[in-house]
Amino acid sequence: MMVDAMGALAVTTVDLARIQFATTSLYHFLFVPLTLGLAPLVAVMQTLWYRGGDQAWLRLTRFFGTLMLINFAIGVATGLVQEFQFGMNWSIYSQFVGDVFGAPLAIEGLAAFMLESTFLGLWIFGWDRLSRRVHLATVWLFAIGSWASAFFIISANSWMQRPVGSTVTDGRAELTDVWELFSNRFAIWAYMHVLLVGLTTAAVVIFGVSCWHLVRGRNQELFRHAAKLALIVGLPISAVNLGVGSQMGVVVTDYQPMKIASTEAQWDTCQPCSFSLFQIGGFTVDDQTPSFSIQIPHLLSILATLSWDGEVKGMNELQASEAATYGPGDYIPPTRTTYWSMRIMAYAGTLVFLVFALGALLYRRGSLASRRWFLWLGVLTIPLPYAAALAGWVLSEVGRQPWIVWGLLKTADANSPSVSTATIATSLGVFVALYAALLVVDFVLMRRYARVDPPELGGEGDEFALPAVEY
Amino acid sequence: MDLQTFWFCLIVVVWAMYFLLEGFDFGVGMLLPFVPRSDAERSTTLRTIGPVWDANEVWLVVAGGATFAAFPAWYATMFSGFYLALLLILFFLIVRVVSFEWRSKSESPRWRAVWTWANTVGSLGAPLLWGVGLSCLVYGTPINSDGDFTGNLLDLFSPYTVFAGIAVVALFAFHGATFLTLRTVGELHARAEHAARRLAIPAVVMGAVYVAWTVAVAIDRNDKDLFPPVLPAALAIVALALAVLFTLRGRSGRAFAMTGLGIVAAVVTLFTSLYPRVMVSSTGFGNSLTVDSASSSHYALAVMSVVALISVPVVLLYQGWTYYVFRHRVGDAPETVG
Repeated sequence: MMVDAMGALAVTTVDLARIQFATTSLYHFLFVPLTLGLAPLVAVMQTLWYRGGDQAWLRLTRFFGTLMLINFAIGVATGLVQEFQFGMNWSIYSQFVGDVFGAPLAIEGLAAFMLESTFLGLWIFGWDRLSRRVHLATVWLFAIGSWASAFFIISANSWMQRPVGSTVTDGRAELTDVWELFSNRFAIWAYMHVLLVGLTTAAVVIFGVSCWHLVRGRNQELFRHAAKLALIVGLPISAVNLGVGSQMGVVVTDYQPMKIASTEAQWDTCQPCSFSLFQIGGFTVDDQTPSFSIQIPHLLSILATLSWDGEVKGMNELQASEAATYGPGDYIPPTRTTYWSMRIMAYAGTLVFLVFALGALLYRRGSLASRRWFLWLGVLTIPLPYAAALAGWVLSEVGRQPWIVWGLLKTADANSPSVSTATIATSLGVFVALYAALLVVDFVLMRRYARVDPPELGGEGDEFALPAVEY
Repeated sequence: MDLQTFWFCLIVVVWAMYFLLEGFDFGVGMLLPFVPRSDAERSTTLRTIGPVWDANEVWLVVAGGATFAAFPAWYATMFSGFYLALLLILFFLIVRVVSFEWRSKSESPRWRAVWTWANTVGSLGAPLLWGVGLSCLVYGTPINSDGDFTGNLLDLFSPYTVFAGIAVVALFAFHGATFLTLRTVGELHARAEHAARRLAIPAVVMGAVYVAWTVAVAIDRNDKDLFPPVLPAALAIVALALAVLFTLRGRSGRAFAMTGLGIVAAVVTLFTSLYPRVMVSSTGFGNSLTVDSASSSHYALAVMSVVALISVPVVLLYQGWTYYVFRHRVGDAPETVG
């Protein structure tokens, strides 16, 4: 007993490096989806004002633009950490993958992030410097930059999931075909999924904030506009995203069968396979049979293979075959984590869709603004896309273990040999403290700026005199 | 020129752009508590760099990404070796980024003072450590035959590298003060000019000593000859001397051009002193990483060369346009078209 406790305390540098990567990446991704989604939606609002001249859209552009900027600042600040920590904590990984993985990162900086940052500066400070048409173009270029940026990052990550376009020579991965890297089937689906998650998140935030204003009886006319836009975008996008997410599962089944088996806590190969909605136990090698579970027959076969009674390989069989291919070792990811992260993601995503569906129904009947319980439900929906997105990354990254690059390099062999446990512990402490403080301030600011009345415009024609943000 | 050398040059260009551009917004940040006297003046001061600081910082992201992609072994050894220094740099940069956005979000004088100082500390700390860290590349740090860093944080600090850090801070403060004189009016402008005059001589003397010392270190510790590093060093010294001259005569535009040229030439001096190595080993010169031993495969470098040759000119074009759009001086009141 005592020995076990000591063993659990003896954390290795790899463990700490993993905790740090998980913490900083998940934190970073708290801010990414909202930027990805709000950027085009704010651009749409500004376009509606530009084309129709309706001042309400200008006020909404300013209002949600401010939220976008507060959110974007932390995304930028924490994004730099992401780029640096590959080299800091994972030097063996960096040397191994730099040839392939470095390229999309470098291209992201030069071709995408540069565009995003430059045109954001122009948008914020350009209201009174640029013509309306050029100023409108700056917000669209910002949005394009943010979407391009996501593409390169997802391509890099997808190569870790399904390494294509490369060979391993002298203990290093080398790029052989850049087109294969960027047209990776895994990357295409993951990229669509991330974009739709971004748009869904932004739609939920716009909808939730609008509901709050409607329930308070403030700025009714304005936020009915915003709520309508959020429903028009959110309902179809969240529905399509359920489909894309489920297709992602089929892709994963093709390339990472162990990840799917673990996600479904499927120890033995099955055909046809039922889907476990909820279960107690059944998550470890020593306890393979759940003591309680709710199952839907055939559903897993359909989700994983798109056929009524497709076969899904179980972890026991896969463990044996992987050990035969790659040598002795434990090839099973932490199954409890993958199982529950998948369900949090899927259930939260479904709930978001249902809220939008109900909202659209009430809107059609013209009773949206008078159903107080529903407006509060709209506000309470705001955390759901965040929970879904974070759970999705946990599933994707934890489900890849023990590999850091699927089939090529194990996480346990990839960290920096020159960095001590004490050093990583120090930096982990610094990041946790700093990030926690930033989160508190950010939350307070977002909450405050989501609750203020949208800026009134001055007399006619002087909307350009208003700075979007003030220093 | 082989692709390794091309990518080494490209990384020099990226660092030079980063120091040239972020250099002045770091400098403005350093002067924030001192040159503007009132809260309104501080806001005005921040507005001079408001539209551009974020894009300037992206050059650092590009420097990191380009090093990772083109020289993975350099990136891996440098970033894992300089761990705690980079952690501090990240801390300074993060605090600085949010200070821009958050300072204006409350009227409370204490809140504003906190974020003013956060900006200043971040603006001073980051370049100080970049000066130390980049100078370590040529001065040498303990690297074993596997290419792994074997030292600790203290190995980064020597009289030369510490002096380099301070010189970078001084040059950026001067560069920033010169920039402020170009973008402000009235009393703030007068005080920015005064600051530039006071900073000019000490900053330039330190900058000149730094480039000369770098050439000496290169000869002494990196097996280099006086040529070619002495050429950019001489250019840096001449440009910086002219910057003093123009500053004292009140020719702000020319002074800014010269501080910029001086900084770029100093970056070029450092990397010319380094080439063909990318990290000198102080424990066994043969363990030093070179452009050939640290680089990616030919195919990867070729692909990225195509991307860089297309992207860099486009980036320079639209960033240049941004500076043109925001060329006007920033007054106390919100600007209007005039």
